[in-house]
Amino acid sequence: MRKYLLDLTVAEATMLRTSYLLLRLHAASGPLPQMVPGQFVEVRVDGDAGSLLRVPISVNLYDSRRDELWLLVHVVGSGTRRLAALVRGDVVSAILPLGRGFTLPEARQGGGQRYLLVGGGVGVAPLLFLGQELSARGAEPTFLLGARSEADLVQTELLSAMGPVHVTTDDGSFGEHGLVTDHSLWADADYARVCTCGPMPMMRAVARKASERGMECEASLEGMMGCGLGACLCCVHPTPEGHLCVCQEGPVFTAERLGWTQA
Amino acid sequence: MSINIGGLQLKNPVLTASGTFGYGLEFADFIDLSRLGGIIVKGTTLEPRQGNPPPRMAETPQGMLNCVGLQNKGVDYFCQNIYPQVRQLGTNVLVNVSGSTVEDYAACAARVAALDDIPAIELNISCPNVRQGGMAFGVTAQGAASVVRAVRAVYGRTLIVKLSPNVTDIAEIARAVEGEGADAVSLINTLMGMAIDAERMKPVLSIKTGGLSGPAVKPVALRMVWQVYEAVRIPVIGLGGITSATDAVEFILAGASAVEIGTANFIDPTVSMKVIDGIGQYLDRHGLASVGDLVGRAH
Ligand SMILES: Cc1cc2nc3c(=O)[nH]c(=O)nc-3n(C[C@H](O)[C@H](O)[C@H](O)COP(=O)(O)OP(=O)(O)OC[C@H]3O[C@@H](n4cnc5c(N)ncnc54)[C@H](O)[C@@H]3O)c2cc1C
Ligand SMILES: Cc1cc2nc3c(=O)[nH]c(=O)nc-3n(C[C@H](O)[C@H](O)[C@H](O)COP(=O)(O)O)c2cc1C
Ligand code: FES
Repeated sequence: MRKYLLDLTVAEATMLRTSYLLLRLHAASGPLPQMVPGQFVEVRVDGDAGSLLRVPISVNLYDSRRDELWLLVHVVGSGTRRLAALVRGDVVSAILPLGRGFTLPEARQGGGQRYLLVGGGVGVAPLLFLGQELSARGAEPTFLLGARSEADLVQTELLSAMGPVHVTTDDGSFGEHGLVTDHSLWADADYARVCTCGPMPMMRAVARKASERGMECEASLEGMMGCGLGACLCCVHPTPEGHLCVCQEGPVFTAERLGWTQA
Repeated sequence: MSINIGGLQLKNPVLTASGTFGYGLEFADFIDLSRLGGIIVKGTTLEPRQGNPPPRMAETPQGMLNCVGLQNKGVDYFCQNIYPQVRQLGTNVLVNVSGSTVEDYAACAARVAALDDIPAIELNISCPNVRQGGMAFGVTAQGAASVVRAVRAVYGRTLIVKLSPNVTDIAEIARAVEGEGADAVSLINTLMGMAIDAERMKPVLSIKTGGLSGPAVKPVALRMVWQVYEAVRIPVIGLGGITSATDAVEFILAGASAVEIGTANFIDPTVSMKVIDGIGQYLDRHGLASVGDLVGRAH
């Protein structure tokens, strides 16, 4: 897949809840390239003393009809704070689309296939786009979100337009109390595939649950990235095949490839 | 813009630094690779290497630390699978040779010598010497000389030796490798550093320490290029924190005949083109006919 270095114009920059930023972006000239759920972009944030490297951010939504890209950003440090300072009309440089996304059913061949999409924290970001693409192919997404507390839940209304949304919170302030893997839906879970994005321990636990129930699982990993282009080998994850580049071979991997299916 | 580095003819003085530019192909969507003076591919060893476990990268003020640890599929893989793809890129493709014993270096260099379209190697002497308790070859004049001697014996084309900045007197090391027949030196490799996560109360990187690169190292690199230029007669290639044509010109004024761009490729994958164009504009603006007129001019 060809990669592009593009200037993007901010159509909207909104804080959702306290520390989540939603950026709606257009290409400054020409159309955006095609993207698939699970792919990411590298956004340029250098220019002050504290930030240098681009920040990798998942595609939250790609709307080809409106030619619009959404990024959902948890503002945690210097780079993401630079993004939070953007306002409507600003231009940011991005490299996109990067990496390999989730496996999708063929167009309109998803007929009734049930998918469980499990997100932890800002790991919910790629699941909106994934839900959209699954629905467009006739598959049926169910969402299971884990958050620290009610105040960390974002985009649940958009997700519920595509399928049922289940929630667990660490403090019990919303949904079921506990971790996503404690949720009652697992008792009779029967899905064609489980797709997950979030903290590493959560994804491993989800992959184990899926494998115990004979369900296929794909996980979207993170890694400390230098280039996002497969050039520096900073971002690797250890697997039975050796150290694999998250930005190039991933970020989405099957649980088998990660060696997460063995108990 | 063209310049000769110890027998290696470059169409312009801008190369991309080893480990930051993959095999060049990773950047083909963004730039015309044939416009580069050269591409130095990632560190290559005799045997395949897994490198260090993650995390391998930490961002620091105006810089980054890495401890990739020379992950690569080995020189034979390079010869069979990568070389056919890169030999016709229209630019000089140089192999960065690394090793953990003198014999490994020589064996790796000998394999590269058999590749017709690789005009030069860059010898990375910052690697740990397994027989010396992991101390890098490049931190003593004797260690550096021993590697260069062994490689020089099997390698007839342009031999560039990449110096480690983690030394007391870099000029002494430069003189030692010149004495063993190196055609040029490049500097600097990364500066040893570390990062600690205050909340976790632990080092950030898996092997605790890593190599610092990016704008943060530029003043150190510039000073070392200055010193080495005064110490040796062979050409010097300067690098460390270059992000613009002005940075590159500063290195040339300090004594570099060519420059390499590393970390900056991550932030702007087209930066090398901007540096090439900017050097040309600088020469025009100052009425200079060639890069050679600029080399060491600040001395
Ligand atoms: C493929 C990929 C997709 C991502 N998608 C999103 C997304 O859609 N939305 C989003 O908000 N974030 C996403 N991230 C994480 C995001 O890149 C980091 O949070 C961001 O780089 C932090 O930059 P900073 O300069 O603001 O924070 P820093 O100042 O660098 O760090 C702040 C804190 O965050 C931690 N941190 C920094 N980078 C990472 C990382 N890559 N993974 C885990 N912890 C990190 C640091 O250790 C530190 O504790 C993604 C990361 C990857 C690799
Ligand atoms: C991720 C990474 C990997 C590197 N790998 C190598 C390597 O394999 N061999 C080598 O000689 N130098 C390697 N280097 C060092 C660079 O080539 C360069 O000397 C250093 O980064 C300073 O230049 P810069 O500040 O422009 O990046 C690496 C640097 C980085 C950031
Ligand atoms: S971030 Fe550079 S190889 Fe993945």
